[in-house]
Amino acid sequence: MELLKYSAVELAAAIKEGKATAVEAMEATLSRIEEKDGEINAYVTIDRDAALAAAKEAQQKIDAGVLTGPLAGVPVAIKDNLCTEGMLTTCASKILENFVPTFSAEAVINLEKAGAVVIGKTNMDEFAMGSTTETSAYGETKNPWNLKHVPGGSSGGSAAAVASNECFFALGSDTGGSIRQPASFCGVVGLKPTYGTVSRYGLIAYGSSLDQIGPLTKNVTDCATVLEVLATHDTKDSTSVKREDTDFSSALVEDVSGMKIGIPRDYFGEGLDAEVKEAVLAAAKALEEKGAVVEEFDLSLVEYAIPTYYTIAAAEASSNLERFDGVKYGYRTSEFDGLHNMYKKTRSEGFGAEVKRRIMLGAFVLSSGYYDAYYLKALKVKAMIKKAFDDAFAKYDIILGPVAPTTAPKLGESLSDPLKMYLGDIYTISVNLAGLPGISVPCGKDSKGLPIGLQLIADSFQEKKLIQTAYTYERLRGAFGMED
Amino acid sequence: MANIISDETIDYVGILAKLALSDEEKEQAKKDMGRMLDYIDKLGELDTTGIEPMSHVFPVQNAFREDVVTNGDESEKTLKNAPGEKDNMFIVPITI
Repeated sequence: MELLKYSAVELAAAIKEGKATAVEAMEATLSRIEEKDGEINAYVTIDRDAALAAAKEAQQKIDAGVLTGPLAGVPVAIKDNLCTEGMLTTCASKILENFVPTFSAEAVINLEKAGAVVIGKTNMDEFAMGSTTETSAYGETKNPWNLKHVPGGSSGGSAAAVASNECFFALGSDTGGSIRQPASFCGVVGLKPTYGTVSRYGLIAYGSSLDQIGPLTKNVTDCATVLEVLATHDTKDSTSVKREDTDFSSALVEDVSGMKIGIPRDYFGEGLDAEVKEAVLAAAKALEEKGAVVEEFDLSLVEYAIPTYYTIAAAEASSNLERFDGVKYGYRTSEFDGLHNMYKKTRSEGFGAEVKRRIMLGAFVLSSGYYDAYYLKALKVKAMIKKAFDDAFAKYDIILGPVAPTTAPKLGESLSDPLKMYLGDIYTISVNLAGLPGISVPCGKDSKGLPIGLQLIADSFQEKKLIQTAYTYERLRGAFGMED
Repeated sequence: MANIISDETIDYVGILAKLALSDEEKEQAKKDMGRMLDYIDKLGELDTTGIEPMSHVFPVQNAFREDVVTNGDESEKTLKNAPGEKDNMFIVPITI
């Protein structure tokens, strides 16, 4: 257990110093999973032998002095919508129940090059559509802080695995809050990078113009270190951005003096839980006392972000998910009458209710006669939302607010009313629409003992400001984590 | 509910989305979609005259590359994932 208490960076340092080995770390992780995952269900696929073999290989390279980086030998969990060569990748859907990719996602390759060792694949909402990890075809994941509650979603398996020490860090993806919200609900750090920072090659697409891969970690130092490894220019992703400023760990500096922080009044209105509000404002106060310049402002357009997002994301999903047709990979229905009937039956049996709901909405808003009124209108409002953020970042370095209106809801409470579940995305979703980076850092617990997340948002390409502010806050806050 | 989704609309969406819905699913879909569209109609409150639709947040240009094959022949591995394959090809139902 002692080994498992290490952060990712601490573990790599211990391995480097010969105090531990990559194999010991993987063995400890696998034992922990065996002990805990029966009740938590953070993982959907684990290949013990492959994980131990990969750990052994990493250790040999460390011993030979080939691997020297800050993540060498560290076990990592991968969200199941990221392709892993030779390892089942299901998107938590029946339609990909038997899909074994022939290649790995660029983000996974970058981690492996840095010496991180893949443990297995984590549970998620089916095709990343959901906020609770309850729409998975392979059973819900439970919140390690309280097993009666959801871990959030869609990267709920990754967040739960980090929180319960079933890995040292994990990868998630964030289309409307799917890294930051589960990080908040599980009391871990989660960062969604600026759009284009991490290659989406090998990420099974949901809403391509919004999707970004990012880290879920035990602390801000790990977060910056992992992001530094993930952020590379990739010609295989046409939206990949060439950045020169990816030395994110250089921003791990405890200093916010003069940092201008704006608090949007529109993020603290109706619907926000009082305990969440109190914890988030206390975090703002702590940063102010440390020298940040904190003031309130009106961001505007906040209430339009959710309808804009669900129009665009559903439209892109309906297009992206056309490829699942029972021909090239995945599930195919057993009985059918002709090609079109095969497509329809395969998809109807293979997709779950939430995925079908979004595909249909997307097909509708893109259909002739409705395209201008819905899809094009949403793209115009997206431009207005981006402009509102541009105006805010002309005045502030950082926007500070809650991640979600409440702490983790109870299992089974969310899916009966989809629209109500969508409203829970109100503070995270506009960040994706505007392509901005955002981070979730634990900032307290409510009276039920469930974690509360602080969200910091920066202008495009300003991850360093995020990391510096988050790191400073983390130092002020002190240790945060679960008792075993 | 302002948006009433007709049976014809749901059938049409089913064709576009390539989904075969049961009667029960159709009724639920009509309700769900009507409710979502009512909510999305909120965007109508905003005057978007003269605003350019934004597909991407950054000016994205075509990312050209030379037309050179960089990966090897992976047909065998690829076909292993197919529900049906024969002679290095995917099997599909008769199409004509």
